[in-house]
Amino acid sequence: MSLFEAHDLSVSFGGIKAVRDVSFTIRSGEVFSIIGPNGAGKTTLFNLVSRFYETDSGSMAFDGVDITGVPPHRIAEMGIARTFQNTELFEHETVLTNLLIAHHVHRRTRLVADLLFLPGARRQELDFRRRVEDVIDLLDLQSYREQPIGGLPYGARKMVEIARALCLEPKLLLLDEPSSGLNPEETEDLSFWIEDIVEDLGITVAMVEHDMNLVATVSNRVLAMADGVVLATGDPTEIQNHPDVLRAYLGD
Amino acid sequence: MRFVQKTNYAQDVNLFLHNGQRFWYGLLALAVLLAPLVLDRFYLGEFAYLYIWAIAGVGLMLLVGYTGLVSLGHAAFLAIGAYAHAWLLTQGVPFVLSVPLATAFCAIIGYLVGLPALRMTGIYLAIATLAFERIAAWVIEHWESVTGGHFGMRVPDPTVFGMNLDGPVPFYYLCLGILSLSLFAALNLLRSPTGRAFIAVRDSEVSAQSMGINLARTKCTAFALSAAFTGLAGTLFSHRIGYLAPDAFTVQTSIQLLLMVVVGGLGSLQGVVYGAIFLGLLPQAIAIGRDVLPQWIGEIPGLEPGLFGAILVLFLIFEPLGIHGRWVKVRLWFDQFPLYRRATYKRQRSYLRTERVR
Ligand SMILES: Nc1ncnc2c1ncn2[C@@H]1O[C@H](COP(=O)(O)OP(=O)(O)OP(=O)(O)O)[C@@H](O)[C@H]1O
Ligand SMILES: [Mg+2]
Repeated sequence: MSLFEAHDLSVSFGGIKAVRDVSFTIRSGEVFSIIGPNGAGKTTLFNLVSRFYETDSGSMAFDGVDITGVPPHRIAEMGIARTFQNTELFEHETVLTNLLIAHHVHRRTRLVADLLFLPGARRQELDFRRRVEDVIDLLDLQSYREQPIGGLPYGARKMVEIARALCLEPKLLLLDEPSSGLNPEETEDLSFWIEDIVEDLGITVAMVEHDMNLVATVSNRVLAMADGVVLATGDPTEIQNHPDVLRAYLGD
Repeated sequence: MRFVQKTNYAQDVNLFLHNGQRFWYGLLALAVLLAPLVLDRFYLGEFAYLYIWAIAGVGLMLLVGYTGLVSLGHAAFLAIGAYAHAWLLTQGVPFVLSVPLATAFCAIIGYLVGLPALRMTGIYLAIATLAFERIAAWVIEHWESVTGGHFGMRVPDPTVFGMNLDGPVPFYYLCLGILSLSLFAALNLLRSPTGRAFIAVRDSEVSAQSMGINLARTKCTAFALSAAFTGLAGTLFSHRIGYLAPDAFTVQTSIQLLLMVVVGGLGSLQGVVYGAIFLGLLPQAIAIGRDVLPQWIGEIPGLEPGLFGAILVLFLIFEPLGIHGRWVKVRLWFDQFPLYRRATYKRQRSYLRTERVR
């Protein structure tokens, strides 16, 4: 069953056609990887899905609902969470606060209840706090819990960002180069975590990734693109041996 | 050094982390409650004034320190709160109704000011809010039927259920009570989703959106709340000065408010109180300086606003986290003595953010 569908998405910046007529389907419960050389338009594609960029043409549907025109904050409410290529955390706050902020989508209280911290607000906080702890346990972030983001090593930031996205309890998780900046051990841990996320939490994962090893280990299907267009879609071995893909990576 | 052993999640949700904090804040509460027993009329008045500044500071701190939106127009909210309250009182509205009504009115104005501010940040927002302050001042000067124009208006005494609260002791308690409520409300906000949304918008708008936070609504809420607290301070301020005239609220007032939150420490409510104390002591310091320094220095025109500006800039350069930030470092030094490392607060290497979406 398809969870996400994109039809002929295009966007250009000035003269550059960053994404051109890209179509793909993400099936429920799979790991869908997007690969391609630098500047291929992978991040731009994610930004289109997040609705940070307005699509020039084409359409997208999530869970059967058209999302081509919804505002960016609605995307999270509908169940799509994401991470950023170079991490985009709330710098001045602790890991705990970062994860609590992600529970914004689950809030049941309004302004007045918050101002007075009515019993409902207290119950909600305790509930959020408990759920945050589940994610901290899942990704082994206990030792960083009370630390401000500003002082964390890069690898930890990457994991905190994934944790924060998981706190949204999404149906679809978009990871933009989750392994960049991680050392080989951390990358291996990451591949196990991605499997846990898919199998235990039932979250569908779409990721942009350069590490072909990681892609081959965890992905069910791979989409290869270059210069804004799709080269091929298929299973990992198929894509790794596809002549167009090889040409895009190695040059003519 | 204290390690807090947490045994349940409520400890992260409660206002006080451990009994040590409870003890010190309890002592502070006792001290301010008993202050009227020992302080004379003059000092009680000064303290009440400090509390009023702190209430306004809570408002500005929510906007500048927690949402990351700067405002040079908060004197206008102070003025609107004061005038609206005084006008309602002269119309026979009882004090207990007039205060919330004037506060709500400020919240609405704040919300409306927030709307055009949605697309602005930094210096542009500062200029826009400054323009708003000028417009508000113009309206106050010219709307004579309500504000008394240049002549101003007398503010009726605050009376609650037949009790006149204008005396130094009742007014002290009135200001203290409202400050406590304001701080309590702000603390509540910051431990629940609304306040965390402010913080998210401050640190990364892009991330905030991908967490499902509606930027427009969050910023307008921040403006409305900020204006409400500052307007609330305005209602008390009107009683403090007793007679409202346009020259009580100027751009300099806005700058003083900003000075308070920056000097106190952006992003901390304790900072508001430190900032208010600083602002309360500053005129005394200036007066002493006038006596000590050669006379010609004291006669330089524009000395005071110039000094305010200089302090603001110096703090931004040398101690951007303000008095509160300095206090945190000093406390850490004592905690870790003799192991304190200066590097703890050296700027950490920050990672490139090449991929910023906007
Ligand atoms: N906001 C923008 N304004 C102008 N050009 C942009 C913008 N965003 C992306 N581009 C351009 O679109 C093209 C694709 O960029 P994108 O960041 O999507 O590449 P990528 O596949 O993620 O590459 P990398 O592997 O380096 O992350 C590039 O030529 C880039 O310069
Ligand atoms: Mg990219």
